[in-house]
Amino acid sequence: MRFVLDAEQRLFGETLGKLLAEAAVPGVVRDWAAGRHERGLALWRTLAEAGVLAVAVPQSAGGAGPLPVELVTAFHELGRHGVPGPYAETVAAAVLLDRLGDGLGDGLVDEALAVRWLPAIAEGEALVTLALPPAVPYAPDADVAGLALLVDGERMRAAVPGEARTSLDPARRLFPVTPGDVLAEGPRVAAAAAEAYDMGVLVCAAQLVGTGRRLLEVSVDYARTRRQFGRPIGEFQAVKHHLADALVGLEYARPLVHGAALAYGTPDFGRDVSAAKAAASEAAYAAAKIALQVHGAIGYTDEYDPSLLIRRARALHTAWGSPSDHRARVMAALTGG
Amino acid sequence: MDLDLSSVEPFRAEVRAWLREHVPAAPLPSLEIEEGFAAHRAWERELHEARLSVVSWPEEYGGRNATPLEWLVFEEEYYAAGAPGRVSQNGINLLAPTLFQHGTPEQLARVLPSMASGEVIWAQAWSEPGAGSDLASLRATATRTDGGWLLNGQKTWSSRAAFADWGFGPFRSDPEAERHRGLTYLMFPLDAEGITRRPIGRIDGKPAFAELFFDDVFVPDRDVIGEPGSGWKVAMSTTGNERGLTLRSPGRFLAAADRLLELWREHGDPADTAMRERVADAWIKARAYRLKGFETISRTEDVGAESSVNKIFWSELDVALHETALDLLGPDGELGGEWLEGYVFSLAGPIYAGTNEIQRNVIAERVLGLPKAGSR
Repeated sequence: MRFVLDAEQRLFGETLGKLLAEAAVPGVVRDWAAGRHERGLALWRTLAEAGVLAVAVPQSAGGAGPLPVELVTAFHELGRHGVPGPYAETVAAAVLLDRLGDGLGDGLVDEALAVRWLPAIAEGEALVTLALPPAVPYAPDADVAGLALLVDGERMRAAVPGEARTSLDPARRLFPVTPGDVLAEGPRVAAAAAEAYDMGVLVCAAQLVGTGRRLLEVSVDYARTRRQFGRPIGEFQAVKHHLADALVGLEYARPLVHGAALAYGTPDFGRDVSAAKAAASEAAYAAAKIALQVHGAIGYTDEYDPSLLIRRARALHTAWGSPSDHRARVMAALTGG
Repeated sequence: MDLDLSSVEPFRAEVRAWLREHVPAAPLPSLEIEEGFAAHRAWERELHEARLSVVSWPEEYGGRNATPLEWLVFEEEYYAAGAPGRVSQNGINLLAPTLFQHGTPEQLARVLPSMASGEVIWAQAWSEPGAGSDLASLRATATRTDGGWLLNGQKTWSSRAAFADWGFGPFRSDPEAERHRGLTYLMFPLDAEGITRRPIGRIDGKPAFAELFFDDVFVPDRDVIGEPGSGWKVAMSTTGNERGLTLRSPGRFLAAADRLLELWREHGDPADTAMRERVADAWIKARAYRLKGFETISRTEDVGAESSVNKIFWSELDVALHETALDLLGPDGELGGEWLEGYVFSLAGPIYAGTNEIQRNVIAERVLGLPKAGSR
């Protein structure tokens, strides 16, 4: 047993990290928030070339996966750099389409959907968004997605986007959707949607840990250099203790995310992704609040890059289910109610 | 990356079967009272006879050469079986790793077998009235004499010292040296001439620790661990163990979290969502600690400054878990029983082995790289 990333998985993460460090992501985020998608879409294609989306799609459909450990490795980096776009939704949609497209679809109206979209997802040619109410009520980035889905009980429909709502995180462009054509129906739709939801929860948790990590790093850098009262603020114990607490939370969220990735395909997957998401949400949000406190007024400004991550951490705290939702789910799995 | 534990399943099965046969049906009396201490000592002997008291040690000292993974699995089974707390833990988890690192072959051969069997129970004698977490300010002295050292001064809050047989700790051997230098790490019998021990009641009145007064207590050279004057370095190699996984293994929290879930099933009010969330959090954190343990042993056996991260996590989890249990029990929680015993035990966690505030400083400075106070 070796419960750490192997050399190849580490290299995958490092490669993505380097690529994103060079991509000037904060500018991409601001463009995306303003509805200018060119740079964000270019980054999407670059990341797809590096394999970020291929690891979500089965080999049979043109991908390299599903590889949950590689997925959480990639999303950790997406979270660290605050990359905008419907990545989690596209990954979840890949699971949904794969489950409904394996040729056994009782009641599946359009089996060709999977054949059409999965290879395009793997290649980075298609952004897909979806709404899975109640936990995922809005479809992010529906205006740039090639396909928007809405699953309601046992029906999967095309989602008809309304007008975008403004999020605290302006790069999360959330669209209310109304039901369009029925694309598939039957009990298998609900089961596939549940699996898609779990995968979305998992990658969102990984993204949160990455975001929290980055916020801790920038806060530590700031505390080392920012001087007040004649000394670096990082000398003050009150500041030190905040940052140490942020580290403790994040250090224990990571193994839950990795553990959940390894539970993929087992009956414990749902329980474990919920445990991971609850812990990751709390740890990243705590790191965000501490980052804001350590930075003081500058962290509260729109123009300061890390404030993009502070907002992201708060938004993702309740995206894909709140910590309370996920704790309830853990308890339901453990005690049967 | 994997979590494949199949290679240790045979070991797990063996341990589980033995524990099922041997774990006392009724809990032993608290190990913090004389009667309980004796009962726990007998339990240590029984464990030793099955070669299960120190599984990670080399075979020649009564162990099984168990890998870190096997050790983690042993601990999971041990606590899941409801087996008694370890009265030998100071020796096994704090002194033994230090001896493996710094001890002479003679010391290993002399000290370890009787520690493994529970024949000699060890007390840690570090704290002093003027030095709790600030070990560099220790004042009890070791003065060179013919063939050994004379100990003078006072140690306090020494865990298990009310009933233990031997003690170990750092003493100041060079009063001129700087704070961290000039300490010597020594072992001594608690019934030696010149030692007075006064049991101290813990917050619940049980004599979980004692203060020790030293009046020209002679310790021969053979009971010095490491080089004279290097006591700080030797002691620090112990604290890594103490704060890391060994002192509070994940198995303990997994078992407690499972018992908490049982308590919730019996006493929980489904409408009390706040309480339900606390129970869920305890389970989630116990699981996180388990997985972190697997991660730690996968990376390296030397936990270093990262052990401070562990110490904060497990000590806060321990308190939260037991508080939740007592709150679930409601008015009966204060009346005693295993949860209350565990609660009182947990309250010491954020205080001992270096307070959690000290650990936060260590993390900030050594893990995160923040400047030391007054470093201008």
